[in-house]
Amino acid sequence: MSNAAIETVFGSLENYNKGSVEIISGHASHYAFSNIFEVAKKSLPYEKVVVGLNLNYVIETLRAEGQSPWYTAAHDEFAIVMDGEVRVDFLKLDTPLTEGEGTRLAGSVPTGKPMGYVLLKRGHQCLLPVGTAYRFEASRPGVLLQQTIKGPLSVEKWADICFK
Amino acid sequence: MAMLETVADNTALAEDEVQVSEPDAVTGYRAFKLGAFALSRDEYFARITWPAKGQTRSHLIPIDAFLRAMMRDVAWGFFYGWVNFDHVIGTRNYYGRVDLYAGTFNGTLKAAGVNYTENFETPLIMATFKAILRDWTNATFDPFAAPEETGSAFGRKNGDNIEAIERFRIATRRMPGLPDDSPLRNDLPINRQFIDVAQDEPEVHAAEGFEGQLHAFSLFKYLSRSDVTWNPSVTSVCKASLFCPTTEEFILPVFHGNDRVEWFLQLSDEILWDVGDKDDGSPRARITMRAGDICAMPADIRHQGYSTKRSMLLVWENATPNLPQRYESGELKPYPIEF
Repeated sequence: MSNAAIETVFGSLENYNKGSVEIISGHASHYAFSNIFEVAKKSLPYEKVVVGLNLNYVIETLRAEGQSPWYTAAHDEFAIVMDGEVRVDFLKLDTPLTEGEGTRLAGSVPTGKPMGYVLLKRGHQCLLPVGTAYRFEASRPGVLLQQTIKGPLSVEKWADICFK
Repeated sequence: MAMLETVADNTALAEDEVQVSEPDAVTGYRAFKLGAFALSRDEYFARITWPAKGQTRSHLIPIDAFLRAMMRDVAWGFFYGWVNFDHVIGTRNYYGRVDLYAGTFNGTLKAAGVNYTENFETPLIMATFKAILRDWTNATFDPFAAPEETGSAFGRKNGDNIEAIERFRIATRRMPGLPDDSPLRNDLPINRQFIDVAQDEPEVHAAEGFEGQLHAFSLFKYLSRSDVTWNPSVTSVCKASLFCPTTEEFILPVFHGNDRVEWFLQLSDEILWDVGDKDDGSPRARITMRAGDICAMPADIRHQGYSTKRSMLLVWENATPNLPQRYESGELKPYPIEF
């Protein structure tokens, strides 16, 4: 039996290997196939690019680079770091957002109490709780996945990112 | 399982209604009846029979594949839509009632009129399936494991493996590790094929007065300790949006035809998906997904995945209740995006 070590293959901005869609009948576009590292590589910092859409729910890919604006939402959201290291700072808002769906800008200096911060590495998942504002910070480019609802900051550019 | 926990498990109420034979004198296994279906097993095969065109029709499935498929159907509470054990046998979930069918979603058998479908109250079919799993799973076999991880399903009755088939079902309300929510997996060992996956947890620095209000965990560590294969389990809940990652090895034991669109995001390694027509099974596409790839599974297909190395897959579901009707009526297209 081979003694070769187990290697679990993860992707990164600098090293990903996109798969394929072999069509027998129908259209490749119906599978909306993209690669999040390729998407993040071609995106602006913290551009919230929709890579998954299920009615109004979305998965967004964000290129983490430098400091993001403060964000908030009227519901829970979640972030998973897929590459790099990201710090997330939290504020407990004095007047939390209570209506609407999706991520909103919380303003340049939101009014609230600092709750602390979380340091995320690859594969780490974080709750972005309702009632708070949060801000991402990355000293080198990384990739974030966000689970949320389509909002005013969501960017859809399927034709640019998917197999056709 | 990958659903919101809204349906109470009242299987126990139907246990008395399960139609079961005495153990066979030779093989030691019991046989079961469910409506007009009869189910039995021998040393190698599960045998399912049903009536059509005035004859008894039959179908055999290798018992290891059958038990793996049935394990998923039971653990998932019949899941979303169609759970095809193979190209003939399967179940369709109506969320409270369940169809068991033979050949109904096989183009050739349906056209020949030799197919059969019967609708059951969920507690009855669930109680029967659980009784079959309990009786037919020997001490040597774990139907939740990959083949390299477990022993044989073949041969005459040889003990049981109740522990393996009744693993504690995890329901996550918001995110694992929160107070009053599902636990993390620090007590489970790292799977042999994820031995190189980093085990460090995120650093959480809560300010004074906000202790316990910030929450993060290592999802990849959590997945590296999954003790089952092909079992989507909820790890984050944004209203009806459910992240249901799972670890995959060998073959998805069912060909899943969803009654809604779902999405896959490959978190590590590689999976090949065979995609076929949901109604008649004819092949449509073969999709290769590597780390970082994301794609939709439209609502009019069935899919089955192959994973050589144990891999991490994020299954993303929309648990909104009225979606099947909206897709069936044509209000929603089977694919999620037009561009």
